[in-house]
Amino acid sequence: MSTTWLMALAGGVLIGLAATLLLWLNGRIAGVSGILAGVVYPRRGELAWRLAFLAGLVLSGGASIALLPGIATPREGFPPLLLVAAGLLVGFGSSLGNGCTSGHGVCGLGRLSLRSIVAVPTFMATAVATTWIVRHAGGWA
Amino acid sequence: MKRFIAAAFASGALFGVGLALSGMTDARRILGFLDVACDFDPTLAFVLGGAVATTLLLFRPVLRRGRPLFADDFPLSQLRQVDSRLLAGAALFGIGWGLAGYCPGPALAALGVGSSEAAWFVPAMVAGIVLQRLEEKAQWRAASHPPPA
Repeated sequence: MSTTWLMALAGGVLIGLAATLLLWLNGRIAGVSGILAGVVYPRRGELAWRLAFLAGLVLSGGASIALLPGIATPREGFPPLLLVAAGLLVGFGSSLGNGCTSGHGVCGLGRLSLRSIVAVPTFMATAVATTWIVRHAGGWA
Repeated sequence: MKRFIAAAFASGALFGVGLALSGMTDARRILGFLDVACDFDPTLAFVLGGAVATTLLLFRPVLRRGRPLFADDFPLSQLRQVDSRLLAGAALFGIGWGLAGYCPGPALAALGVGSSEAAWFVPAMVAGIVLQRLEEKAQWRAASHPPPA
């Protein structure tokens, strides 16, 4: 197995441990889109921990990309219009479907939620189709 | 309260290390996985596999404890039904994910290292959340106050 794949596996286990930590200590689900939505529309007593989680994610994620050896820096130069369209769809879709790759993928599958078991193949399928259209049929990016 | 917030920070921080280490903050790698037609890059399967194997193993004993360490209960989603909102939401989310190669976690981690792509994507994602809530409110209003026939 290549180093990349081992790092991917180790990184995945760390993500799973991070989600377990939040559930074990605070009883909350580590779904990034849900945590973010709860910052945009805060409920009483539910804001501070969400800000703390996101601060940890941004600061430590950024520091890890910069400092860990062998981590590719984020891509640059993708068309801004596509980035904005993608962001709108990701925000709208995760809010409507109550979850993203972390909420439905990592956490929902972990507790064998039927909704997540349906959501994950659904977004995988539309993502694969979209990538194919953008890269091959349209050739936009 | 302090330990509750510290625990959330620690979880977010660990999540961030995992995302960076796994290569998920590199959108080229995500599109390399989603693009099954050429140069298939299986990395994402290892990440999701490692993460889900961990939660499958550990969530059950954690939930069996009855209550978390720093809170009174597990306020987990009580939604059980697979409905059109779930399907439409997941489908739209996937289109956005496949369009640029970012989902919320990696985009926020990339923002932390000053990625200009994330600086476009993240505010748009927040706008998408706001638009969905507005749309939901408008629908709710239309349903509870139908216009006179």
